[in-house]
Amino acid sequence: MSSEPMSDTHILKIESLEAKVATENLDILNGVNLEIGKGEVHAIMGPNGSGKSTLAKILAGHPSYEATAGRVLFKGQNLFELDVDERSRAGIFLAFQYPVEIPGVSIANFLRTALQAHLVDEEELDIFEFTDMLTERMSMLEMDISFAERHVNDGFSGGEKKRNEILQMAVLRPTLAVMDETDSGLDIDALKIVANGVNKLTEEDPEMSILLITHYQRLLNYIKPDFVHVMVDGRLVRSGGPEIALELEKDGYKNWKDSGAVSSGVPKTA
Amino acid sequence: MPQNETIRDLQLDEYKYNFVTDAEPVYRARKGLSEEVVREISAYKEEPEWMLDSRLKALQVYESKPMPTWGGDLSELDAVLDEIYFYVRPQDRMEHSWEDVPEEIKDTFEKLGIPEAERKVLAGVGAQYESEMVYHSLREEWEKQGVIFDSIEDGLKNHPDLFREYFGTIIPTQDNKFAAMNAAVWSGGSFVYIPPGVHLDTPLQAYFRVNQERMGQFERTLIICDEGASAHYIEGCTAPVYSTESFHSGVIEIVVKKNARFRYTTIQNWSNNMYNLVTQRAVVHEGANMEWLDGNLGSKLTMKYPSCYLVGEGAHGEILSIAYSGDGQHQDTGGKVVHVAPHTTSSIISKSISKGHGRSTYRGLCKVHKGAHHARSNVECDALLINDTSRTDTYPYIEIEEDDANVGHEASVSRIGEEQLFYLTSRGISEEEAMAMIVRGFIEPIAKELPLEYAVELNRLIELEMEGSVG
Repeated sequence: MSSEPMSDTHILKIESLEAKVATENLDILNGVNLEIGKGEVHAIMGPNGSGKSTLAKILAGHPSYEATAGRVLFKGQNLFELDVDERSRAGIFLAFQYPVEIPGVSIANFLRTALQAHLVDEEELDIFEFTDMLTERMSMLEMDISFAERHVNDGFSGGEKKRNEILQMAVLRPTLAVMDETDSGLDIDALKIVANGVNKLTEEDPEMSILLITHYQRLLNYIKPDFVHVMVDGRLVRSGGPEIALELEKDGYKNWKDSGAVSSGVPKTA
Repeated sequence: MPQNETIRDLQLDEYKYNFVTDAEPVYRARKGLSEEVVREISAYKEEPEWMLDSRLKALQVYESKPMPTWGGDLSELDAVLDEIYFYVRPQDRMEHSWEDVPEEIKDTFEKLGIPEAERKVLAGVGAQYESEMVYHSLREEWEKQGVIFDSIEDGLKNHPDLFREYFGTIIPTQDNKFAAMNAAVWSGGSFVYIPPGVHLDTPLQAYFRVNQERMGQFERTLIICDEGASAHYIEGCTAPVYSTESFHSGVIEIVVKKNARFRYTTIQNWSNNMYNLVTQRAVVHEGANMEWLDGNLGSKLTMKYPSCYLVGEGAHGEILSIAYSGDGQHQDTGGKVVHVAPHTTSSIISKSISKGHGRSTYRGLCKVHKGAHHARSNVECDALLINDTSRTDTYPYIEIEEDDANVGHEASVSRIGEEQLFYLTSRGISEEEAMAMIVRGFIEPIAKELPLEYAVELNRLIELEMEGSVG
């Protein structure tokens, strides 16, 4: 791998990224470095308030957050030059920690509009092809087709909301899926269903890269990461293989909160 | 204007018929409202004596009533009323040309894909066009069943007894200042009678009615749905109606008799200079069902509160309304339900959208009279604000004289949230499309009740309205 030029293997490259809440002066990310290669599954773990979700939102372009230093390259392109919708069309997908309710808009209509937006050169989405595709995606995720007629996240249980995120991912087929605390609020059965969905998608498309953001190790029992990073105080303080997650599960984050222990540089992933 | 004129003819040569107006002797009504104007209207229409008397009495009532101060801002209305013609004969109507129609209106027609000929009608520069084939076959079918669907003028001429029995009984002249004004100068509108037990599957569309005065400023509609009958009447369309006059005051009276069902759908989109003050009311008898589906877009100020008087045991009234207030517009709308008889039920669902400096007001009344025991009513009003500068107010009036009445009221105000926009745009949808999507979702509970072509038009119109709302 090291013999190939970087731009061919790295889908995402984050360099010395610093970020803050747009309306405040408090830095949340304090120099994040991360490279994600094609088909790799990365997990970022960290205590509450460490900046994990901010990183996810900065990547998707949430207007409440602002990058103040560093840069992010997505497929070699400066991500910050793209609007939120353009990032999606470029291939980034954010699975929300708290999916938003859009009353009166059916999932089918929402997905059709989104997929239409992803088509280039004013190509018209064929409604019959779309319906067939949606039916196939839903059956792959073991979802009832009637789910598509429900209004987006309106009155959904926590599990339904997360499954709806995976359905969107399955329809839009991103290059990089950023999954923000997808496991939060799920019981073990719902967690298994969601993780199964993600695994089916990565089996189907081995080149899809995934960035999992999670507080707990348990999600990683079902979605196996290639790399695990630990985020504390807006920095990735340690990177390595899946064994890190197990260590964290055993010892918690307390050893990492003493920032003196990790002041010596930022680990590389590969 | 030849009656057999077709859309195609109009498209071939838009000014082909201009000589018709040139050839007519010019009649100019006086500006403003006076006894003389009222007499001229009645004489021109060759009305019976009782109708002239009724108009003159109404004029007195109009003059005796002060300008209302409880609703939208009418402080400049007197000046407007001094300048308008209260009656213009149909043949004198085509006094402005297509060139005079504002660009923004033409632009909207273009974007909505309104056919050429229809655009001219809507802009008031062409004659009414009729879809003859469709209309005639429907009309024949209706006539076989004894259904009357006429202009209000023909209703008075051809069915004088039926007309007189109901005219002005649902909304008496004394009801309010603008109902009185309408009673004095009304012109144009529909007269509808559905005989007992007749069920109409196809909606009666004012659109099809042969009447040059459809766009009248003082339309008057009288509908009688007899016992056990059912029908749906549709008035208006979503394209903007352009008029050089800036005042519209209609009166719609409906009687729904025992066990009958009636739905009245109206979608109106007036140009921004328009004061639109409409009184519409239905009297609902025993076991009968009345539904108002009311959409208001455009205008400078609209004041309109469709109402149901539930006078028979078990009567049900329903009001669904959508209001869209763009920049500089005020929609003061809502509904009234008056429970007079026992076991009557009602529901009001009102949704408003305000954009820019637009303002939407919900104003509603739920009244339960003594004797209307076991009444149930539910009111739900939801306001959506697009911008920080948009405004909404809610005035729900509830008056209950029976202890066992069950009356519920829910109100909500929401703003298009940053989170909703972020969510939709993060799926690749543009911000503009995302906003339109949120708005369409907001009105979906009402839009789904509309006939498909109207729902589609309404959605397209809202998309147009949303253009440019993204900073």
